[in-house]
Amino acid sequence: MALTGVEIFKLLPKTNCKKCGHPTCLAFAMKLAQRQASLDACPDVSEDAKKLLGEASAPPVRPITFGAGDKAVKLGEETVLFRHEKKFVNPCAFAVEIKDTSREADVLKTIEDVLGSEIDRVGQKLRVDAILISNASGDPKALESVSRLVSEKAAGVPVIISTTDAGAAVSALGYFKDKRPVLFGANANNIESMAKAAGSFKAILGVTANGLDELISLTEKAKSLGTEDLVVDPGARKAGGIIEQNTIIRRAAIKKNFKSLGYPVITFAQRDDNMLESLIAVAGVAKYSSIIVLSSVTKWKSLALFTLRQNIYTDPQVPMQVEQKIYKIGEPTPESPLMITTNFSLTYFIVSGEVENSRVPSRLAVMDCEGLSVLTAWAAGKFTASKIAQFIKEAGIENEVSHRELIIPGYVAILSGAIEDKLEGWKVTVGPREANAIPAFLKSK
Amino acid sequence: MAFVIPKETYSGKVYPVTIGTGDNAVTFGGENVLPFNGFEGSTPNKPVIAYEIQDIPPSDWPENVKKPFEAVSGDPVKWAKHCQDTLGARAIALRLTGTHPDRENLSAGDAAKTVKDVLSAISVPLIILGSNHAEKDSQVLVACAEAAKEKNCVIGKAQEANYKTIVAAAMANNHKLIAMSELDINLSKQLNILITQMGFDKERLITDPMSSALGYGLEYTYSVMERIRLAALAQNDATMQPPMVADVGMYVWKIKETQALEADLPMWGDLAKRGVLWEASTAASLLISGAELLIMRHPEAVQAVEKFISEMS
Repeated sequence: MALTGVEIFKLLPKTNCKKCGHPTCLAFAMKLAQRQASLDACPDVSEDAKKLLGEASAPPVRPITFGAGDKAVKLGEETVLFRHEKKFVNPCAFAVEIKDTSREADVLKTIEDVLGSEIDRVGQKLRVDAILISNASGDPKALESVSRLVSEKAAGVPVIISTTDAGAAVSALGYFKDKRPVLFGANANNIESMAKAAGSFKAILGVTANGLDELISLTEKAKSLGTEDLVVDPGARKAGGIIEQNTIIRRAAIKKNFKSLGYPVITFAQRDDNMLESLIAVAGVAKYSSIIVLSSVTKWKSLALFTLRQNIYTDPQVPMQVEQKIYKIGEPTPESPLMITTNFSLTYFIVSGEVENSRVPSRLAVMDCEGLSVLTAWAAGKFTASKIAQFIKEAGIENEVSHRELIIPGYVAILSGAIEDKLEGWKVTVGPREANAIPAFLKSK
Repeated sequence: MAFVIPKETYSGKVYPVTIGTGDNAVTFGGENVLPFNGFEGSTPNKPVIAYEIQDIPPSDWPENVKKPFEAVSGDPVKWAKHCQDTLGARAIALRLTGTHPDRENLSAGDAAKTVKDVLSAISVPLIILGSNHAEKDSQVLVACAEAAKEKNCVIGKAQEANYKTIVAAAMANNHKLIAMSELDINLSKQLNILITQMGFDKERLITDPMSSALGYGLEYTYSVMERIRLAALAQNDATMQPPMVADVGMYVWKIKETQALEADLPMWGDLAKRGVLWEASTAASLLISGAELLIMRHPEAVQAVEKFISEMS
């Protein structure tokens, strides 16, 4: 179990030297307990303390870096069961399966789809993260030839080699030396040879079991063979089983600190029906999968899954913010209305949605208030007359609109006089208090 | 060491709520575990999906979700029958959009007539929803609750601004009631308390913590639902034990992702599939976070979620 701040404090030098950047050792200890600081920042901690703290602070779900270079993804390291408790740490990776029975043209097409899958959403770059090459043919030569193709054409993309044949694995892994691939397919029959193959290429070992008991005996076996960087497949393929097994694994790791299940989970969502496959993946994103394997890269499917992953993995304590700027809704002319609100993403989504619903082309000035909603920002002194006036002046909006009328949220009607005083030549109009009254308000203007 | 599955035993349980009458009545809720955690408790009822229809033609719905109902959506009775008979709906949610003062501003009497007509044409349960205009809803829903007397409908939505008249009407006519508050567990709890203090039976309530679409605040609804469900089960908080509704369709089918053409945004892929998946994945996420009743629009999205539900149990 994780140590408390005070327990950690007892192991620190207690010199309050500030070299770690914190005012006191106790303050540093508190940050360590919250996992917001790293013990490396303390130059004077004793080796004994380091060892003790290192063991105690080892995350309940083992952190693993999958792949190498720019496109490497971090897995595991999770600390909670529910996202409202604390931010989920490492977003799950999406991998697409390429079977070694596919024709070369199809392999190349999928590689191209993976490389072109990146999209930008609310400032984040999102993409299909990895490729799983499966030895569906059972022929080591076929696995090797697709592996070579992937290593040449998709250089840098993290790779999972899926086979139960350790010999085939060795020749495929040769193309991904020092690239931290996953060798998936270790089971009760082959774990020794698979662990050895993974070890010789510094690969992560993927173990696959039929149920949790078997999985535990496999991870313990792997550990005894010196292989500790694992991803695990408890066996379920249907949505219900995936949620059940993933829940038990995460719970055992977090609440019981049960190390034999404290590994990132890989989930196989592939289906013939792309719509159903997407929903299986939804279950994996929401409930604890670290890698989700898909059958294809399909744009509409990717967009929905990327968006869900972003939603689930946002920090619940830091409001999602949108960029400060003047947003154009519809195709506004210089005469179109100008409204202002704060940059809390939910405020922005609701207000812009209602402005869109009104079908009145408009400009929406979104002001940086550190992601607070209108009333909260006003109460916190971040959405004030002088700040609004300054923003409007600096945004250069006076060159874009021919009028000088600013519509403010009804909840801050009190600011209208003060804004007019500070924004010479402008008229301030008080808009509705609730966003759902915006369409009627705009239409009546 | 031998592995013992870390099971949670909760002291609380979600109330089962039955809507409709006769053979076609449906029950949802009733579980004493988190969604789809049947391995450690009992989940006697599957979630229910209600098809959304409107009292007026869906002129504000995007093309892709309007099209499947083209032949029937000019008439709420035909539309309801189509959902029941052709699509196999287990329940129907009639939204009285036309009563909104900014829309057709239909009267409470008009709405009550539509409710009567629809009820006489269908045998599955009916959910009667206002236009989300607090003041107008309190007239419209009172008239509709009376028109639907003894049909064991769901009346919605009672909000802080208008709950008194709507609660009274639901109580007098033996209906179930949706209580909606805006994305805050405390507001939700408070509204449920106010409603039960009026003498409304808490086992007839359905909580709506307010839905949102994938990408547009879904994480807020998701976490409020998880927190409400945990309060119900782990803390045995009776005010948080009614089942929850996710009113998915109306939030999903107004955002850009369900409307932007592939020609304009090629990275977003096929619009028809994208819209369906947006509704289905929003719905599936909210089932996982705690909803037992879904209100949805697109038949393909409903079918996909039905398949997902059947894989869950």
